[in-house]
This record gives sequence, C-alpha cells and structure tokens, in this order.
Amino acid sequence: MKNNNEQQNNNKERNNERPQEKNEFVRSVAEKMYEFGFTTDVHTEIIDKGLNEDVVRLISQKKGEPEWLLQFRLDAYRYWLTQQQPEWGHVHLPEIDYQAISYYADPTAKSKKGPETVDEIDPELMKTFDKLGIPLEERLALSGTAVDAVMDSVSVKTTFKEKLSEKGIIFCSISEAVKQYPDLVRQYLGTVVPPRDNYFAALNSAVFSDGSFVYIPKNTRCPMELSTYFRINARNTGQFERTLIVCDEGSYVSYLEGCTAPMRDENQLHAAIVEIVINDHAEVKYSTVQNWYPGDAEGKGGVLNLVTKRGDLRGVNSKLSWTQVETGSAITWKYPSCVLRGDNSQAEFYSVAVTNNHQEADTGTKMIHLGKNTRSTIISKGISAGYSENSYRGLVRVGKQADGARNYSSCDSLLLGSNCGAHTFPYMDIHNNTATVEHEATTSKINEDQLFYCNQRGISTEEAVGLIVNGYAKDVINKLPMEFAVEAQKLLNVSLEGSVG
Amino acid sequence: MKSEQQYIELYQEAASIIKAKSCPVMNAVRNEAFSTFQCLGFPSKKVERYKYTDVDAAFAPNYGISLSPLTVKPSSYIFNIKDAPIDVTPYYHRVADVTDAITALNTALVHETLLVYVPKNTVVEDPVVVDNYLRGTAATMMNRRVLIVMEQGAKATIVMNDKATDKQQYLTTQVVEVYCHDNATLDLYEIEETTPLCARFSNVYIREGRDCSVKHNVFTLFNGLTRNLCDVYLQGEHGEVTLNGCAIGSGSRHIDNNTLIHHQVPQCVSRECYKYVVDDKSVGAFAGKILVDKDAQKTSSHETNANLCASSDARMYTQPMLEIYADDVKCAHGSTVGVMDEAALFYMRQRGIPEDEARALLKNAFMGEVVDQVKNEALRQKLYVKVEKRFRGDFEKCEDCQLCKK
Repeated sequence: MKNNNEQQNNNKERNNERPQEKNEFVRSVAEKMYEFGFTTDVHTEIIDKGLNEDVVRLISQKKGEPEWLLQFRLDAYRYWLTQQQPEWGHVHLPEIDYQAISYYADPTAKSKKGPETVDEIDPELMKTFDKLGIPLEERLALSGTAVDAVMDSVSVKTTFKEKLSEKGIIFCSISEAVKQYPDLVRQYLGTVVPPRDNYFAALNSAVFSDGSFVYIPKNTRCPMELSTYFRINARNTGQFERTLIVCDEGSYVSYLEGCTAPMRDENQLHAAIVEIVINDHAEVKYSTVQNWYPGDAEGKGGVLNLVTKRGDLRGVNSKLSWTQVETGSAITWKYPSCVLRGDNSQAEFYSVAVTNNHQEADTGTKMIHLGKNTRSTIISKGISAGYSENSYRGLVRVGKQADGARNYSSCDSLLLGSNCGAHTFPYMDIHNNTATVEHEATTSKINEDQLFYCNQRGISTEEAVGLIVNGYAKDVINKLPMEFAVEAQKLLNVSLEGSVG
Repeated sequence: MKSEQQYIELYQEAASIIKAKSCPVMNAVRNEAFSTFQCLGFPSKKVERYKYTDVDAAFAPNYGISLSPLTVKPSSYIFNIKDAPIDVTPYYHRVADVTDAITALNTALVHETLLVYVPKNTVVEDPVVVDNYLRGTAATMMNRRVLIVMEQGAKATIVMNDKATDKQQYLTTQVVEVYCHDNATLDLYEIEETTPLCARFSNVYIREGRDCSVKHNVFTLFNGLTRNLCDVYLQGEHGEVTLNGCAIGSGSRHIDNNTLIHHQVPQCVSRECYKYVVDDKSVGAFAGKILVDKDAQKTSSHETNANLCASSDARMYTQPMLEIYADDVKCAHGSTVGVMDEAALFYMRQRGIPEDEARALLKNAFMGEVVDQVKNEALRQKLYVKVEKRFRGDFEKCEDCQLCKK
C-alpha cells in the first residue's frame, strides 16, 4: 500500500514537472533565431516591381540574350497569363501578388562586367559567403568542391572551372552558357520541363534569372562534386533560378545544391526549375539540403518554395538519384520526378522533410516508367512538429510498354506533438500486367519505449528525440555526400530543437 | 454536351409526380437537394473523389426514370418508409454528404425509401436480404434509397443483392444511410452481379456511436460500370469498422471504389482490405482515405489494397491516403500491384495442372482473403463458389436468381 502511495506521489511530481519543461521548450523555440538570418548590404541593382512583357524583355536584354531565348520567355509568359495559381496541394498557399515582386536583382552590377578575380568581388558579399560557409578561395583546395555560387540572380563566381574544363566538363552559370554554348543550351533547355508544364514552370521560364549549367561529355567521370549555393538576399525579389544538367553517354556526376535565405517578414517567392538529361549508361546524383527561412514561431514570413525538378532518363541503363533534406521554407511544394524512358533505367528518391512551427510541406516524387525493365525506389521520411503540416504526395505510373517495371515505395511519418499533421497521398497508375509495384506507409509517434530506454540511461528527452529522429532519417542521410550529411544531421537537430515536451 | 441538363429538365417536369408518390419526410429535403445538384452538376474528373470515373458519360444516355413501387415482404424489421414505426426525420438525409452531386440527384429523384429498423437490444438471427432486380423494356434509371437504423445493442446482418436482366441499359443510383447507436453490431454485404450494360453509383454513409462494430463488404462480381463510395464516421469511442472489398473485372468493366474513414473520437479501430483482379481491358480504381482528427488519439488503423493485373490491357489506379492530425496513433497502409507468381504457376503446371486452371486457382486464393472475412457461414460458402466460378469463366449469374423463373 505504502509503495503504491509513494508511486502515486512520484507520478504527481513528474506530472507537475512536465508542463514546466514544456514551457521551457516552447520559450526556447520562440527565442531561437534563424541562424542564417542576416542581410548583406551590397549595392544591388533591382529593376522595378511588376511583371509584364516589357519586364521579360528587359531581363532578356540585361542578360544580352539571343532572340530565340527571348521568344522562349515571351511564349512562356503569354501562356502563364492564361493560367491560374494551382490549389491542389495540401498547403495554404497565400495569393501571391506577382506585381509586387521585382523580377531581377543583380548584386554585381556595380562592377558592370562580371568579376574576374576574387578581389573584384564585393567584400560584403565575401563576408556573406563566409557566414554561409561556402568553401570559396583558400577553402577551395581543401574541400575540393567546385562552387557555382548564386546570389540573387547573377552567378558570382564559379570556382574550379578551369580544372573541370580540362576534362571537357562545362560548369558555369546558365547566362554564361547561353553566350558561350548557345547550341547546347538551345538543344536541351525546356525539353525536360517544358514552359507549359505548370503554372510555376511557366513563370520561371518567362523570368528565370540565373542558375547553373552542367555538361558532362561522353565517358567522363566528374572528378569532384559540383555544388551550387542559392541565397535570396534582396528584399522582395523572387528567386527564379534554372538549372540544367546534361550527362552524356557513360558519364557520372554528383551535384549538390544548398539553399538559405535571410530573415524576412514578407513571404519570399522561390520558383525554380531543375532539368536533368541523362543519356545511355550515365548516372547523375542530385542532392539538396534546403534550409530557406521557415518563418517565425507564429508562422509569419518565410519562403514559398515552389519548385519543379525533373530528370529525363533518356538512355538505356541510365541512373538518377534524388536525395533531399528539406528543413526550411514556410511552404514547400516540390516533387523531384523521374521519367524512366530508357530501358533498364533506374531511379531513386530519398527524402527527409522536417516541418516545425507553422511550416507546411507538400513534397514527394513522380516516377514515370516508360522503358522496359525500369526500376525505381522511393524512400520518404516525414517528421512533423509544432503546428506544421507535412504531406507526401507521389505518383508511380507504369506505362503500357513498360514491361517488367518494378517500384518500391515506403513513406513513413513521425509525429512529434499533437497539433501537427502528417499525410500521405500516393497515386499508382498501372497500365501493364508485368509491373510489380509496392507501396507501404506508416504514421506513428515517437516510440515511447525507445525514449524511456534513453531516459533511463541519463539521456535527456530532447537529446533522445534527436537521436531517434537521426536514426529514423539515417536511410536517407546515408545517401548524401559526406559534407552534406554532416550539415543535414545538424539541421535536423536544429529544426526540431524544442519541439518535444 | 453536359448530361446534367436532361436530369434538371426531368426533375422540373416530374417533380410533382414523384412528390405525390413519396412521403413528407422525403419531400422535405427534395427541393434543396435539387438546387444543390443544379448548382454542382455532375462531378468532372478534376473533382478528386471522382478522378477515375467519367460520371458525365455514364449519365449521358436517355434513361427513363423508374417509379415502380417497393415490394416489402411482411417482416418486423423491414418497412417502406411510409409505414415507419419510428420518426425518421432525425435520420433521413442527415448523414449523407449533402455536397455530393450523386447523393443530391438521388435525393431529388428518389420516390421511396426502404427502412431497416432494428429495435433496442434486438438480435436479428437470419440475414435481412434486400434484392434489387433490374428488368424492363427500355433504358431505365433506378434511384434507390435505404435507411438503416440500429438502436442500442441491436445486431443484424443485411445482404443487398443487385441483379439485372441482360438486355437493357440500366443506371442505378443508390444512397444507403446507416445509423448505429451505441453498442450496435451490423454486417452489411453488397453483392453485385449485373450485366455489362449496367452502371451503378452507390454512396454508403455510416455513422457509428460508442462501442459499435460495423462490417461493410462489397463484392463486385459481375458489372458494367461501378462506382462505390463508402464514408464512415466514427463518432463514439471504441468504435470499430471493417471495410472489405472484392472486385473482379474482365472485358471492359470499370470498378471504382472510394472510401473515407473519418476518426472523429479517440480509441477507435478501423481495418480496410480491398482486393482487385483486373483482366482483359478492365479498369480498376481504388482510393481510400483515412482521416484522423486532432482529438482522435489512440486510433489504430490499417489499410490494405492488393491488386492483380492479369492482362496487359488492364489498368489499375490506386491511391491509399492517410491524413492525420493526431500524434498518438498507429496508422499504416500498404498497397501493391503485381503479377501472378511465376514460380507458383510453374510448380502447378509441373504437376499436371493446366495453365488456365493454375491461374484460376491462384486468383481464387488471392481473393480468398476477402471472402474469409464474411462472417455468415452460408453466405461465405456461396461466395467462395461464386468467386471460383467467376475466375473459371463459367459464371452463372442466373442460377440462384428468381427473376425470370417467376
């Protein structure tokens, strides 16, 4: 009897402790600042707000583009005008005032022509990159990464370009590529994501500012990991970058993309397009760590991340692997897709999406099987905390000719807290009787036994959650290149800090 | 050309006749339902829940509306709503989704309602059988309405059979509303054996109170175009629901099942298992959503959808969805689309079983999981035989039907 009473008392005490703990966590969340929230005071040339044909022409003119590209932009713009902002996502996308955005910001405009040596780059700008930890300059050699840093709209500096060019690899900003390799760009631009693909793709095609262009020639293994860093800096400028990767026969490239944006109250628009073309026996690995500003604890501000990413596996035995870690953005709307056109082609999609506070993410992939004996794997891990909404939305389509197609999808959701939501919307359209398609999904909260086990061994609840979540996301993080994996792991912990009581 | 226009005109012409044949409870909601339909029209493929079925095309033929009266055998549980032993106002058209165009159309056009009423603590031993026979001399549209009220602690099994003569085009719209008061148990079976010319749109809405247990089993054995919608609202703690589905498609059949299980309160359990075999040029579609409200903690839910594509022209669409707003839940779903196990086929052929036979055996075993769930022994045995015959191709939909023998 006595023991029972004691136990009850203990329980009571513990119960009393809990809410306090909770409050502390909540406070720490509220007080936690966005680590990358700073503004660089750089002279930026911004064209007037608003969007019309003249703006499209002006962007094209400022970049000195050829006539065909202007026409490409204008066609896209005219199509965009006829379309409506889509509403099907499980997110609360605010009505975006497209006239209140400036469509072009050039932080290097001061020095008229692009900087040629490192000294020419604005020192303030260099500081920004320092804070972001981009391995520019001395760090270049150490990290061995070639970086095409994109700040607002103009590619600031591309490192290691010479070294790559020895192998015949082209890695430069897309505006540079338009000038230097117009035929290549013209041949591939818009062939994977046509300008009429969707509303945001049309918008991007009309006003895209800059981005990266990668071309890997035949039978070349890119000796280093290519990387680009996007950052939205100027106020009220949308970032409309465009990346085009072409991997020719028998080649391999691993491409990294990381994103940050400073703290802003207004929602910043980010509508990007990534196109990947993969020929026979080639392989591309595309990794993203996205930590755009997610808005504050009350859900004010944050980036609207509305991205179209697609890879076209044109060749036989080609391979594409998407890996993404999504921790930022107020709203994420992103479906990196694969069109498995070539026979025996293989596609993979690994994703970790973390949402906290009032973030909303609707992300997933599309696997379109068209070739014979094509294989795809989808591993998606969603983690929601706070008041956030996290959705997986995916499509697996097996075309009539895609004999022997194989797909395995697994989508798990982890819920931390009772005010968040986790949703799964998988679509499977199978038009072939030799296909084998499997999908499984689970949703659950963090395992009490595991937490208890950690607690018992003196690990605080918060740390334990960090451990469990990291273990949970391990399948995906393991797929990231080394330096990204470390960053991703840290980001996971930072994003979830204070979300568990 | 939009097909809704003819139904709007039809209603405007025939409303007074329908109203005269009907009763006040049904007439009370009729005009409102009609205006809902008028403003909605038929759902296009852009409407998420109707993504896989072309409703407009199914309703396009010029159907005559059937106003034939219900035949109710004297029984203490089945009634024509006109002779209802209870006040049905709190039940009729209360759980049905008033924003669904098919439900709205049905509510506007239906002239009679079948009421199954099981009083408090009553156990109905024998299954209540509702036979729906379609026969006629012209293309006919049938609007059917069933209201099932299970009082506290009531227990019943209801079997609904759909049959048709094969010479005519028929279109059936059906709305079934089920109210289970606390502690009620209901097994509801729907077995469809119609013809390739038939189109069926069935909307079933189930509301469950505390400690209820409901099983809904839908067997689409032979059909033309079938669209079954089943919405379950779990509104009392410790409620249980099981949804089972068996769909066999051949020729150019179209089978679309769309379910929603809405967990509104804590501690409920839901299970769902739908299996499809699609052959020839048939199309199968399944969309099942499990929606767990913020307060519905301790929910346990399991959804399975397994499909077999037996020919290269068959198409299968599947969409198992989870929408979860509570954190202390255990929800899982699994979905597969696959082919027959070549190794198993080879094993059987090696032992002298002809390929067709081996394939039929495998399909039969595959579907067995769903039939096993049927609680009523006699019905289960009957379904085993029917499913097996269906796979062997010697399906005799007439054999136990009294339609032509009368």
